[in-house]
Amino acid sequence: MKNKQHLVSLVFITTFIGGPVWAATPLGLPPVPIPKDNPQTPEKIQLGEKLFKDKRFSSTGTVACANCHDPAKAFTDSPLKTSEGINKLTGTRNAPTVVNAAYFAKQFWDGRSPDLEDQARHPIVNPVEMGLKNHEPVLRIVRTDPAYAQAFMTVFGKSGEQITMKEVTQAIASFERTIVAGDSPFDRWYFGGDPKAMTPQQARGFNIFIGQGRCVSCHVIEQTQALFTDNRFHNIGIGINAIQKDVPRLAGEFLKAKAAGRDVDVAVLTDKKTSELGRFAVTDVLDDMGAFKTSTLRNIAVTAPYMHDGSLKTLKDVVEHYNNGGVTKKGDKVNDFLSGGIRPLNLNDQQIDDLVAFMEALTSPSFAHLAKARKPAVPAKKK
Amino acid sequence: MSKPISRRDFLKGAGALAAAGALPISMVELAFADPARNFTFAYISDAHIQHIQGSKFVRNWDRGLIRAVAETNLLDPKPDFVVFGGDLAQLGSKPELDHGAEIMSALRYKTYYVMGEHDYYLDLGEYWSKLFGRHYYSFDHKGVHFVVLNSILTYDDWTFRRWPTAEQRMLEMAGLDNPNGSPFMVGDKQREWLKQDLAKVSTGTPLVVLSHSPLQKIYKGWNFWTEDAEQIQALLKPFKKVTVIYGHVHQIQYNQIGNISFHAVMATAWPWPYPSTYAQAEQYLPKLTVPMNRADPFFERDATGWQFINLATGNADIQYNLYNNAVRTVAFNTRTGQPEDRAYQAADKRIPPQSHY
Repeated sequence: MKNKQHLVSLVFITTFIGGPVWAATPLGLPPVPIPKDNPQTPEKIQLGEKLFKDKRFSSTGTVACANCHDPAKAFTDSPLKTSEGINKLTGTRNAPTVVNAAYFAKQFWDGRSPDLEDQARHPIVNPVEMGLKNHEPVLRIVRTDPAYAQAFMTVFGKSGEQITMKEVTQAIASFERTIVAGDSPFDRWYFGGDPKAMTPQQARGFNIFIGQGRCVSCHVIEQTQALFTDNRFHNIGIGINAIQKDVPRLAGEFLKAKAAGRDVDVAVLTDKKTSELGRFAVTDVLDDMGAFKTSTLRNIAVTAPYMHDGSLKTLKDVVEHYNNGGVTKKGDKVNDFLSGGIRPLNLNDQQIDDLVAFMEALTSPSFAHLAKARKPAVPAKKK
Repeated sequence: MSKPISRRDFLKGAGALAAAGALPISMVELAFADPARNFTFAYISDAHIQHIQGSKFVRNWDRGLIRAVAETNLLDPKPDFVVFGGDLAQLGSKPELDHGAEIMSALRYKTYYVMGEHDYYLDLGEYWSKLFGRHYYSFDHKGVHFVVLNSILTYDDWTFRRWPTAEQRMLEMAGLDNPNGSPFMVGDKQREWLKQDLAKVSTGTPLVVLSHSPLQKIYKGWNFWTEDAEQIQALLKPFKKVTVIYGHVHQIQYNQIGNISFHAVMATAWPWPYPSTYAQAEQYLPKLTVPMNRADPFFERDATGWQFINLATGNADIQYNLYNNAVRTVAFNTRTGQPEDRAYQAADKRIPPQSHY
């Protein structure tokens, strides 16, 4: 803990002398990619955090980014299945954590945003999230609120009409790029060379992760870092399984509406069935039917429930879904568009438990208290 | 004047919709087409449905065919019909053909079937006939004459007198580089039928010949071969526009011999050739210039796919829908008079292999 504080202060020292604003990269992670046109500064990060937590950017004055990406819940709204916006309206998708989102090549479950800056624009004007009709109310506040006016002047040298959503989203994205977390027991075991950092069961789980479980093919671990994502999109049999018969009709109707100008962001978050078309709704490509982004597994033990629709309650449910070859309930019909990478794994109960134990070793120290709070008081029953 | 139109233009202009966004809307060249005769069809081939025992079938092959059927059902504008290019089964058994037919029954279109050697050499196509009808036939569609050949026959001596059991005959024909194998052929009887069938067709009519084996000679050891190819080509020679579409080779091939354009289609089961990494010995393969000559070891569907074919010009423009990979189009180039891969025409325009990573 002492060591960590030291690192944090180091960051700010380098900042003040004008060097790159970057915390020492946590064990197991690469440096965060920073866009050239949006360099990090401490003031911008601070402004971004303030914007991130400002509830005035919603039609009811009750919903900020931080509602669904709550720092106290590892930047999710766990245990909600799908996120709750204004007037308790719910969307179709489970809030992904902001932690390590900076590493994703595309944002949102279906990758419909190219970066964090673009991503930040959308929830504000989505009818089931923050519910504003347009971005004008946000701009009015940041242009007139004296604290904001001063901050935008300091950070961007801009005031009044010069402040646009570009500056607002750049600040939010800058803040989000500081929310990274590695240094999990797995990182200390694998990259740090500490054989005691993981339990023997977790080590067994790792071997299944890279072997029979076929997990590592998408949840990537590399020689010097592990993002646990391939930044690609796969149909793994979640969500689409329930709408199989409707796919031809839904796909046709959706594309017709899209060609006529329907907003994809609104369509996929307000209509459950359209949501399940996944990345197809973004790209129109058959190969993307029912496909969603490979999420990172870092801190996965503290961000339940799982999958894009929050339909799986526990990590064990998740492993069993994969073990069944892409169906949650054994024997259910596999969807026609299932990714070629998904097939039954033939893991036994012990192996499933080992895999779950391994995923519990991916929690960073800053979120370890959430994992403890979540652990059942009595050991789980043996099957 | 032909001008490839973008998908968006097409959507706006025609008010139609492309349910399958990967579809070859950009290759529709409206200026060429007499709209009444303009049509498309889909092509699925080489499913190799394989029975293990009881109700168990090889999952990987099942999934390939299921996906092709489901994707084909999403096409809009809808294809006029679907062709299945042969090798529905792996070893020609009743359970395999039944299981394959059941998966195919989900298709919402009229479907024509071509005989493959894996469908044939167990019972010489008897059960296949019960399910799908004649072994060779012809039909006309919107001014195009289609001929379906059974091109996987061989010498009578091999078929009828060589093998103690039907099962062994099937296995021998299924083997690659097998000294006990025998070359495919259409044979005298069927060629005579073809001659008479074509006699009724004017030479200006676009002709499309569907066969399982290539009606050209490529590699005998794997029966990428038809023994009487030259004689068949001679029968097709009088026609102005001739397209031969074949399965069997599980890869994209195209060729022009005289007036005949040849196109191979992809398998839904597995790709050929295997990538060099599959080889047991050191390889000195030439540098790959196209991205299909390998299969991703994780995504079982990689390097397989199905086809969408546009006959607006009377020649075939074939779009290959490749799972986990970029779509490719091989279209007839009226300027050069041969089929060409839209993306790989000139050496200096080629992109490196494995482009999807």
